Amino acid sequence: MSTTNEGSGAVAAKVEAKLIPIHVMGKRYEVPESLTIMKAIEYAGYKYIRGCGCRGGVCGACSTVYRKPGDYKIYTGLACQTVVEPEMYLTQLPFYPALRTTYEFSELEGKPEEIFELYPELFRCVACNACTKVCPMDVEVLDYISALKRGDIKAAAEISFDCIQCGLCASRCFAEMPQYHIAQLARRINGAYLTPRAEHLKTMVANIEAGRFAEGLNELKAMDTDTLKKTYQERELEPATAGDDWTPKDTRYL
Amino acid sequence: MPYPEELKQLIKTVESTRVERVERKKKNEEVPFLSLDQRAEMLKYHPDVKEEGRRELMVGPSKGYRIAHEMADLLEARSRVDPAKIDLSKIDYETDVLVIGGGGAGTAAALYAKNNGAKVIIATKLRHGDANTMMAEGGIQAATKGHKDSPYFHYLDVMGGGHFKNVPELVETLVNKAPDAIKWLESLGCGFSKDADGTLRTIHGGGTSRKRMHYAADITGAEIMRTIRDEARNYPNDIHVIEFSPAVELILNDKGHCAGAVLYNLETEEYIIVKAKAVVMATGGCGRLHIQGFMTTNHYGATADGIVMGYRAGVGICFLHTVQYHPTGIVFPEQAEGILITEKFRGSGANLVNIDGQQFVNEREPRDVEASAIIKECIVNGKGIPTPTGKLGIWLDSPMIDMLQGEGTVEREFPGKFILYKRFGIDISKEPMLIYPTLHYQNGGLDFKNTGDTSVPGLFVGGEVGGGIHGENRLMGNSLLDIMVYGRIAGASAAAYIKEKYEDGALTLEHVVKYNKEADEAGVPEDRVAPMILPDYTDPRIRERQLTAHYVGTLR
Repeated sequence: MSTTNEGSGAVAAKVEAKLIPIHVMGKRYEVPESLTIMKAIEYAGYKYIRGCGCRGGVCGACSTVYRKPGDYKIYTGLACQTVVEPEMYLTQLPFYPALRTTYEFSELEGKPEEIFELYPELFRCVACNACTKVCPMDVEVLDYISALKRGDIKAAAEISFDCIQCGLCASRCFAEMPQYHIAQLARRINGAYLTPRAEHLKTMVANIEAGRFAEGLNELKAMDTDTLKKTYQERELEPATAGDDWTPKDTRYL
Repeated sequence: MPYPEELKQLIKTVESTRVERVERKKKNEEVPFLSLDQRAEMLKYHPDVKEEGRRELMVGPSKGYRIAHEMADLLEARSRVDPAKIDLSKIDYETDVLVIGGGGAGTAAALYAKNNGAKVIIATKLRHGDANTMMAEGGIQAATKGHKDSPYFHYLDVMGGGHFKNVPELVETLVNKAPDAIKWLESLGCGFSKDADGTLRTIHGGGTSRKRMHYAADITGAEIMRTIRDEARNYPNDIHVIEFSPAVELILNDKGHCAGAVLYNLETEEYIIVKAKAVVMATGGCGRLHIQGFMTTNHYGATADGIVMGYRAGVGICFLHTVQYHPTGIVFPEQAEGILITEKFRGSGANLVNIDGQQFVNEREPRDVEASAIIKECIVNGKGIPTPTGKLGIWLDSPMIDMLQGEGTVEREFPGKFILYKRFGIDISKEPMLIYPTLHYQNGGLDFKNTGDTSVPGLFVGGEVGGGIHGENRLMGNSLLDIMVYGRIAGASAAAYIKEKYEDGALTLEHVVKYNKEADEAGVPEDRVAPMILPDYTDPRIRERQLTAHYVGTLR
């Protein structure tokens, strides 16, 4: 029996996709109309080294810039997520140079001035909004840059959360700044210095270091498989609807 | 793209049975769950138990072990480069620790090796951070809430998920070091979802007895990866990253210790020699081998390179007879192929239905049973739905959720997937999704200890490339944990090894020569080289016209 998932002649109503022309860096290829830009480029015979990553829209490797005939607009998208259109002409931008400063993160205090010192080009921003227009993730880039200029690190961290660091914003920036690196710093500062640390986490780490659970784990490691299975099956399950303050009946191993 | 006319016609069949199915669901008249015997019968269609899907390895330390053909093809293959042509006296880079792989495990290893005083090189196939880590959505497990959870219960859950076959010491270390891994990430500014007082939010995952899955919205892996990558970039003098240069062979020395690797610059096609006092293997998984022809959720670079290199250097393998398939991956639209559709859709009431609009399995069977039933329905029963790219799928009838729980539920509860499909012109609150099982995780890998050590001194392992932690089946939320815990351990152990046990010696690739000879003697066909490095998705019709026979200058 085959588990290979390929449609065969026995399959009813096999559907064939129509071929359409696209222009890869100016060169014309006929590709199936249903493909993403990435798969169309591979269909045409290219083999990716750069410009291809997760193939699922989260890694930022495959930024693509394209235009359509008779249309003044610059369009952008991720090659792995954007479907080809007839006569589109495109290029990928797998890398764009951007200055990234270094810093000793543990020595920061979480003040806006620290970001201003590390990235003074922030204040070269003329609010032209080209960054937001070009973002393939629909992040409001200008909004987070403006928030940072006001010193609102938390807002910048939240607005920039979906950033995949593809670099398209930096490529279009009139102020020549690396928005996505600045946003990364803002998110880290927000996470470490502007959000309270988890007290329960500190307690648990200390308890483990003090050896509180060693005996229980040794019991489990020494169990024969049948006893282990029984212990597993009888373990108490936190109900799906329980609140965070739920406590189990059996507290021996807590 | 939206559903083409042919599929829209087939959707009418799904619609014709929907009202009745919703009524049945409301009355709790479900398709009966399979008995244990029926489950066992159904699992005969699971790819893992398909004997013709695997074969005995003909060479190497785990010779005789039956694993997938696609993996065996690579493990038995010859080197990419003739070892005799490599001049090991010309060293291009020298370092303390060489980390192979720039994903979550490799980056954590590099930071911990650096923190313990070592100079580090990260060699990575694509960009730093191009890895499955980036794609992990769900979360990271750790018993951090002492009033209801502890490493004890985490241990039990991990063992149960792995069919009780996991290596106990590896699991013990995983669960004991889990909270500290979260604490480390928190200190680096990783944006976990929290309550206002700093309490980490946690939810259940499949097979968890306590809510211990921590998350950063629905991009947990990306948040972890970009945070630790940013941290690694702060130390360019201590952590040197060489991108687009995968390792293709480990280098040993005349004492049998691991002493570096041969890298391959993908762009200039040069081979590069790195001499190192210790090596951390952190190359991740193997989804791009498309075992048994399955689509995958994995990254472009997930091609099992580290297993090939480690195996040739003498490290055995374990648990590679099992591979994790997620039952519901997108099979259409083609541009989203392989992407996961969370179990939550089925939990919320969506049926699985065939081309006749009929149910064939309860939608809340365990993952392996569910995947088997879908495969059987498509391949054996011939009731799959054909896609425009010539694949088969099964309908996941998401519009039922709005009918059961009120209009707008799908959009509210599944915003990510709703938007993803909307971009393709499909409204999943009105039209069903086409799904098929998708290759998700490499449960097994190289043998290693809970210190990161392998049988080769100086070679350490961290992350998905290692086997044993998850036994025969990994639970959701334990892979991000694995790479954080064992990545850090591998880096720290490598740095400690340099101080305590490292011995210099003459570099050699003799183990590769020997391995190639063993393959010759076993009669392995000579048509393959490994590591694979990248999959090839060139259209076969194009490949037929790529006829250049010899390497002539820059024109192949």
